[in-house]
Amino acid sequence: RAYRVTAYYGLTTPPYELDALEPYMSKRTVEIHWGKHHNEHVEKLNRHLKTSAFYGHTLEEMVKATYNNGSPLVEFNDASSVWSHDFFWESMQPKGGSMPTGGVLDQIEKDFGSFTNFKDEFTFASLSLFGPGWVWLYLKRNEKKLAVAPTQNAISPLVWGDIPIIGLDMWEHAYYLDYKDDRSAYVNNFLDHLVSWHSVMVRMMRAEAFVNLGEPKIPVA
Amino acid sequence: MSKETVEYHWERHHKGHVDSLNAIVQGTEFAEMKLENMVLTSYNEGNPLPFFVHASQVWNHDFFWENMKPGGGGNPSGMLSEMIERDFGSLDELAKQIQNAALTQFGSGWVWLAYKAHRLGVGNDINPRPSGKDKRLVVVKTPNAVSPLVWDYYPLLAIDVWEHAYHMDYENRRGDYVSVFLDKLISWDVVSCRLENAMVRASKREQMENRKLLWEQLKEQTPIGKKVVDSRPTPKARQKMKRRR
Repeated sequence: RAYRVTAYYGLTTPPYELDALEPYMSKRTVEIHWGKHHNEHVEKLNRHLKTSAFYGHTLEEMVKATYNNGSPLVEFNDASSVWSHDFFWESMQPKGGSMPTGGVLDQIEKDFGSFTNFKDEFTFASLSLFGPGWVWLYLKRNEKKLAVAPTQNAISPLVWGDIPIIGLDMWEHAYYLDYKDDRSAYVNNFLDHLVSWHSVMVRMMRAEAFVNLGEPKIPVA
Repeated sequence: MSKETVEYHWERHHKGHVDSLNAIVQGTEFAEMKLENMVLTSYNEGNPLPFFVHASQVWNHDFFWENMKPGGGGNPSGMLSEMIERDFGSLDELAKQIQNAALTQFGSGWVWLAYKAHRLGVGNDINPRPSGKDKRLVVVKTPNAVSPLVWDYYPLLAIDVWEHAYHMDYENRRGDYVSVFLDKLISWDVVSCRLENAMVRASKREQMENRKLLWEQLKEQTPIGKKVVDSRPTPKARQKMKRRR
C-alpha cells in the first residue's frame, strides 16, 4: 500500500531579527507584515493548492503560469504575493543602504547614467504608483539592461520573463504604521538604510547565468 | 474607528486628493464642473484622464464619511428594509454579500450598495428600455478609485477598503473592520435618504425616455406626406405659462 505524500509551502523567515530594521522599519510593522499579511498569503496559497492543478510547481513557475498572459488564474495573487514578500525581506538587511560597489555599481552607472539617476528613477516610480503595488529594479532579459518599474497589486517582473533584482513593497500595510502617508520618507529610508546591496550582488551573479552582460564572447578563429 | 485613523484618513488622504485635484483642474474647462460630472467625464469610458483618481477619490471619501454616524448600525426601516428583503432575502444575506465583496477585492478599493436602475452593466451608458427587473439593489466592489457612478448606478453606501482606512485599527483583518462598520457605524438613515433620491431620479429619467419613445412611434405611424405637428409647448411658451401662473 503506497502513501501519498503531500507538501505545502511554509512561511519563510526573514534573514534577520524582526527588530533588526529599526528605526527605519519598526518591529511592529515587520511583525504584522510578515506574521499576518505574508502568512495569510501562504495559508491562502496552500488552501488553493489542495485542489489546484499547480500543486507541485515551484513558486516561480507557478507565478509565471498562473499569470496566464494577463488573465490571472485564482492562484496568482497569493502565489505571486508569497514570492514577492520572500523576495522583499531578502532585499533588505540591517545597516543596509548607502552605495553598491564593483560590478553592480558599474552596471547601474551603465544603464542609468549614474547612481543618483537610479535613485531618482526608483523614487519617482514608487511615488507615481496609485493604489497598492511594488517597485522593482530588474534585469530585462532581451535588452540585457537594468530597469526600474512599478507594478500594480501582486504583479512582479517575473511575469514578463524578466529577472527581479530589488523589490520594494508599496502596499499601505508595508509603511503605514511607521510613515502614514509619507511614502517618499519610506522610499528614501529604504534606499539609504535598508536595501541590501549584498543580496543585489548575489542576485546579479545568478542573473548572469541567464543573461550575458558583457561583450559577446565569440572565440576568434 | 479610532481618532488617529480618521485624522490621517481625512486630513491627509482625503485632503491630499482635494489639493491634487484643484492643482490639476485649475484653469481648465473642468474647473467649473460639478464633482459628479467631473468623475464621469474624466472616467472617459474606461480610459481615465489623469485627474480621474483624484476627482473620484474626493467624491468617494465625501460619500463615505456621510454614510457613517456615531452610534450607527442597527436595522434599516421603511422602503429600504423592504427592498433589502426583496433583493437579498434578508439583512444578514446583504451583510454576507458585503463581506464577501470586501474580502475578494484584492488590493485597494471600495465596496458599495447601489441602486441599479437598468440592465446594462458597462460604460457610461443609459438604458433605453428600463424594466421592472432592473430596479434593484446590488452589492458591487470597485478597485482603487473607481465608483459605480461610472456604470450609471446610483450609490447608496460606500465602504473604504483601502488599507489606510483600517490598518491602524484592525491590522490585516479586513473582515472584522467590515463587520464593525455594519454593526456600529453605518447610518441607515442616510442610505434610506439616498435610495429615495435614486428612485426619484430613475423615475424622472424613465418618464423622459418614455415620452421620447412615444414621440418617435408617433412620427413613424403618421402616413407619408402628413407632417406631425409637435403640439408640445416650446420652452419659451412654457416659461411664459409659468410666469402667468
